[in-house]
Amino acid sequence: MKAPAFDYVKPKSLAETFDLIERHGDEARLLAGGQTLMATLNMRLSQPGILIDITGLAGEAALNGIREEGGVVRIGALAKHREIERSEQIAKSVPMLAQAVPHIAHIAIRNAGTFGGSIAFADPAAEYPVCAVALNADIVLMSKQGERKVSARQFFKALYETDMRPGELVARGEFVAQKPGYRSVFMELARRHGDYAIVGVAAHAKVDGGRLSDVSLAYLGMGGIPMLAKSAMTALEGKPYAPNTVAAAQNALAAELEPNADLYSSAATKLHLARVLTGRALAALAGA
Amino acid sequence: MGVKLQTAIVVNGVTENRTIEPRTHLIDYLRDECGLTGAHAGCEHGVCGACTVRVDGEIVRGCLTLAVQADGKSVDTIEGLSDSGEIADLQKAFHEHNALQCGFCTPGMLMAAQDLLREMPNASREEIREYMSGNYCRCTGYQAIVDAVEDVLQARRKGAGK
Repeated sequence: MKAPAFDYVKPKSLAETFDLIERHGDEARLLAGGQTLMATLNMRLSQPGILIDITGLAGEAALNGIREEGGVVRIGALAKHREIERSEQIAKSVPMLAQAVPHIAHIAIRNAGTFGGSIAFADPAAEYPVCAVALNADIVLMSKQGERKVSARQFFKALYETDMRPGELVARGEFVAQKPGYRSVFMELARRHGDYAIVGVAAHAKVDGGRLSDVSLAYLGMGGIPMLAKSAMTALEGKPYAPNTVAAAQNALAAELEPNADLYSSAATKLHLARVLTGRALAALAGA
Repeated sequence: MGVKLQTAIVVNGVTENRTIEPRTHLIDYLRDECGLTGAHAGCEHGVCGACTVRVDGEIVRGCLTLAVQADGKSVDTIEGLSDSGEIADLQKAFHEHNALQCGFCTPGMLMAAQDLLREMPNASREEIREYMSGNYCRCTGYQAIVDAVEDVLQARRKGAGK
């Protein structure tokens, strides 16, 4: 289908952007890569009055590029998936994202879609949100009043709902650069490459002689938001990688993940797949 | 609502000045405004890849890009790549391998394949499949398409090694 009629404006500065957001309120939607927004417009799932194309803000340092400063990697909202995929900085300092990006749709979509768009849309099956939650990253929001930093673990509130307030946009994500001794694993299962994942796991831990500590495990597709599996994390904390610790983590998942059945998989199947993926991810994490 | 906007888009090397509705997708702009019907509008939500075109050298979905977003940019379509001879070897390989039947997906396939040939000259068969996974073909079963792309990869590698 074709998108409904709307107006279009491409501001050249942040000040102009915030004025437009204020003036148009709920009638406006921000457009960056448009890889989700355009699909939803084509299917007429929403009918905004005006699209504010923020890709004209390529000159605003606050929203662009990938930079590491003082052990923190800042990923601008306008950074495209492909930019993150090709970034040596990301491969070195946030290897979980480097593993996750190739799972996002296909090259032609990764050439357009942006980091900020994925975070702001907050799809529970998306890759960046679950990585941000697993890595305890910060989301930096910007408005006329200035910047506001929210922990990713507080940012995602409910299905497609975030902590963003009217007048705000996502400026960037801030990830602590991976410390020595730590490892990251990202895995997901999809029916076909590039499809929405059925389940995915983002795992991060310090690994010392097979012993896991400072463990975090987060899941995509297992609830309305990226799900942090706290009981499973506790079951693994300080333990050596061994069949009984893996089983304890897997057994903890049933109480804290909330998968919904869809056209293809029942909730029980999804939970089973989460357990299977957990086993694989922990093996990879431990280097077993 | 829907106030028309002036655009200047370089299409296959020629600047096209058009006043268009913001809602116009790049794929419909190319087909309806420019008469370039090589790229096809298939699923119109980014899944099938039939609308694949290049914007500033990178492949994108023509159905998930607004034409106004391409204002001031350079767009290449299958017509441009075909006329310039850039993909002559790829077209020949598709022909020889019977890598198409109805042909609806073929322009998108060729755009994606040419992108793969440039980006990953040493791609394995598995990597070809993964790279091309964003383009659907409902006729061939993909085997012949992968064969064709693999042939051209090898031939271009040999050519580059000369």
